[in-house]
Amino acid sequence: MKLRSSLAVVLALLAVISPAGARTLVVNANTADPAPRAAWEATVARFQREYPDIQVQFNIYDSESYKKSIRNWLTGAPPDVVYWFAGYRMRQFVTPGLLEDISDLYTPDLKASIHRSALDLVSVGEKQYGVPYTYYQVGLYFRRDLLAAAGVAEPPGDWRSLVSACDKLKAKGIEPFAVGTRDLWPAAGWFDYLDLRLNGLAFHMDLMRGAIAYTDTRVRDIFERWRELLEKNCFSRNHASSSWQESQALLYSGKAAMMLIGNFIVANFPADVRDRMDFVAFPSIRRDFGRFEDAPVNTIHIPAGARNKEDARRFLAFVMRADVQEAINKATLQIPVNLRAAVADDRFIVRGRDLLARADGLAQYFDRDTSEDLANIAMKGFQEFMLYPERLEATLVTIERARARIYGALPVPAAAK
Amino acid sequence: MSSAKGSPRASPPVDAGASGMRHAGFSTVILLAPACGLFALFVVYPIVRSIGLSFYDWNGVDIPRWIGFDNYRELFVDPVFHTALANNLRWLACYLAAPVMGLVLAVFLHQHLPGMRLVRSLFFMPFVISQVVVGLVFSWFFNARFGLLNELLAALGLPPVALLDSERWSVYTMIVAGLWPQTAYCMILYLTGLATLPAELIGAARVDGARGWSLFRHVVVPELRPVHFIVAMVCAVAALRSFDYVMIMTLGGPFNSSTVLAYYMYEQTFLGLRYGYGAAIATVLLALMSCIILMLLWRLFHRERV
Amino acid sequence: MFPAPIERRAPAARASYRLAVLASLFVWMLPLLAVVLTSVRSHEDLVRGNFWGWPTQIRLFDNYAAVLAGSRMPQFILNSFLVTIPAVVGTVALASMAGFALAKHEFKGNRLLLMIFVAGNLVPFQALMIPVRDLVIWIGLYDSRWALILFHTAFQTGFCTLFMRNFIREIPDAVLDAARVEGAGEIAVFWYIVLPLVRPAIAGVSVLIFTFVWNDYFWSLVLVQSDNIRPLTAGLQSLRGMWQTSWELVSAGSILAAIPPVLVFFVMQRHLIAGLTYGGRKER
Repeated sequence: MKLRSSLAVVLALLAVISPAGARTLVVNANTADPAPRAAWEATVARFQREYPDIQVQFNIYDSESYKKSIRNWLTGAPPDVVYWFAGYRMRQFVTPGLLEDISDLYTPDLKASIHRSALDLVSVGEKQYGVPYTYYQVGLYFRRDLLAAAGVAEPPGDWRSLVSACDKLKAKGIEPFAVGTRDLWPAAGWFDYLDLRLNGLAFHMDLMRGAIAYTDTRVRDIFERWRELLEKNCFSRNHASSSWQESQALLYSGKAAMMLIGNFIVANFPADVRDRMDFVAFPSIRRDFGRFEDAPVNTIHIPAGARNKEDARRFLAFVMRADVQEAINKATLQIPVNLRAAVADDRFIVRGRDLLARADGLAQYFDRDTSEDLANIAMKGFQEFMLYPERLEATLVTIERARARIYGALPVPAAAK
Repeated sequence: MSSAKGSPRASPPVDAGASGMRHAGFSTVILLAPACGLFALFVVYPIVRSIGLSFYDWNGVDIPRWIGFDNYRELFVDPVFHTALANNLRWLACYLAAPVMGLVLAVFLHQHLPGMRLVRSLFFMPFVISQVVVGLVFSWFFNARFGLLNELLAALGLPPVALLDSERWSVYTMIVAGLWPQTAYCMILYLTGLATLPAELIGAARVDGARGWSLFRHVVVPELRPVHFIVAMVCAVAALRSFDYVMIMTLGGPFNSSTVLAYYMYEQTFLGLRYGYGAAIATVLLALMSCIILMLLWRLFHRERV
Repeated sequence: MFPAPIERRAPAARASYRLAVLASLFVWMLPLLAVVLTSVRSHEDLVRGNFWGWPTQIRLFDNYAAVLAGSRMPQFILNSFLVTIPAVVGTVALASMAGFALAKHEFKGNRLLLMIFVAGNLVPFQALMIPVRDLVIWIGLYDSRWALILFHTAFQTGFCTLFMRNFIREIPDAVLDAARVEGAGEIAVFWYIVLPLVRPAIAGVSVLIFTFVWNDYFWSLVLVQSDNIRPLTAGLQSLRGMWQTSWELVSAGSILAAIPPVLVFFVMQRHLIAGLTYGGRKER
């Protein structure tokens, strides 16, 4: 009794102290890097100007802690708007009912203004659960001058030229690929592209939805290609303790020549290096099927437990607008999802948009296409493989065990072995 | 992190026959209720509930499903759990260096010269700094590309090392970071211990011809026994609470090689949405600590009998 | 070796001792000095790889101004105070009351209760994460300062109670009995007699709790999320994400985060050390 009454006293006290936040809109964002941060702060300021009576509380997290914290919020006391990613990564929150159905925001006109595939990525069945606001290409960003200095005239277009470029760069004392695997996902980019180029999109998506064992020979093929590069020491040293942001410095200082990364890196190019940077799609390996690309879509959502859903809807509708998406994406040098928004006049993003438009199929990204639980285990496996290729067998078994736990045993165990 | 560095505690003195003590009445209840209530709500109940949850499969949203010992069965064969447990034991073992270094420092600084008070305070300073900051500092120290460690090695003509990238060494980089404030803490406890050593005792030993090392070894060290005990306890507690350094310095990497139970629990709960499994890891952590608490209680009991 | 008091030795010995102390102090503080140095560097220095040499320019003002004006650091600092101070006050209040009862009131389970307080405080608190978080959500305090204040108060009360209890036990019963004879109730005795007598203990324990709560990172991660609530430790980690390779800013931020506890420590040093080492002294 004592306990409950003292609790009641505390609660009564709180009622007095905490402000009544009827028109406060709490937005938790993962946009801590300089360009997205500036872009979103400007967007929020603009939203405030249009809705002066809504008080936006804009909380900014760095992307990596954000990924760890969002479940804590969603299953606890959620904010009104969260930033997240499309595809499976969104769906895994929809299934347990953590995200609000916002189909009402999608008028026919609005649906017509965004690409069918982008709409699918935020839909489960016929219902929509989020607003896509940006996407971008992933590929090799490279220093044209360094490649030239090493005697590589053209950026690598196929596997053989990629390997030979590595040899030439190594001979010059330049690290071929900058990579930072501390946050794990950059390693998954290599896995994705090797899989897309070797086995194609259909296989990749089957693997992502847990329908193929990680001990399958076709998965092993991916690692054998990867091993070729590892044996030549093509990746920057000490990658396991560096974030991608730390590793990009190698490109700018001329110590490394290429980096497999998303177009968000362009906003970080120092002025004096920018002109020497270039972009090329990941080289092809097999020529007997189409070209598939990773094109991650970023989204915003309303948690099911949000307190101020009304204003959250206003915010989402605002972010769907062509003019708003145009402003955000011009600042971050990414591609707006709204087809009526113009793309920034920047050679990297213009090339990227064309590349994606001509692609034969798109994936999101490893950790967005498969269960996050599995992705976390698998990406640690990729990192371990990059450090200790000889442990591949044990690594694959660990990943496969997690896959079986999460997606269930396969009808024919270790199918294509 | 709050009391991650542990808190010094007295073993309660032997009850000297409670004469003159007031018998409990209504006032006792009033005095005790708030502390007991809050403590029960936020410490005792969560311990019980954590253990209870470990028998469930729960994603934090749906209704928890009873699965008996399945979480523990999985833990038993989970290699990451083994790594985390082993690393916690490494933390425990290595943290026992803190008392030794702390004692050496204390003896070294136990002198009465002008300015020594300030020096002692400066030595103690790392203890009051947040582990987040200490972790940041040591991440730079060990950074393979531009860390001070490699600069020093280069100055000595030695090849650079990449300890944070190494599955073998990255856990020790964090332990070294942790030992810095922990040693400071032990030092201050020993300094007080030294200051309160009865002067007559040292004097008598000197008269008996004890000098230097033998005086230290046979008189001072045994005389400090109660301090040794507290210091060891405090270090054990701190070692089991290691989480901040992992979060700041390595994220448990490379892959899972430097993870610890507390971090693995956090990761499983919030990244894997496996609350039950996380609770099972928490329970193991509690069990480890209970062993240490039991040692403490046994010792208190034992001392009272003697 | 041991306790040869250096002040009775030859001046040469004294001088070399001083030198040894200064040298070891330098090594001991090296990590911190490096951060201080980094925090006044220009970014160009760092880009050029001058991480440990003398800075080419001292950017003391620019860097710290950038941190204080260009980020939410001031808000985070304020948040930390708004959590830490109530938690300290709450802990001291609860622990003194309970400590008094445990020290001067006789009842069955007195000893057991004390043991529970001590044992509970030894627990690796991360193990309480899931239930404490659920509890806080259930009460409706998730993402509020009160979540942190209540938890810290509860958790720290364990240790503080033991501490206050031991201190209060040393008050002679006669002093209390005199007041009781005058007709003072136990609450009055506590308020007018006990509290004034244990003021030094309160000071010691307050500094200690201040340090622990201020430096907490784990609960700031688990129980709160908003920028206007999150304490400095969690805020600093998120700023680190934003500053990335601007190490001069990360350093300046780290230094700012360390200043309050260091200041409190230097001002209250005597009390803190008395508090920290009370247990050790009590043993003899």
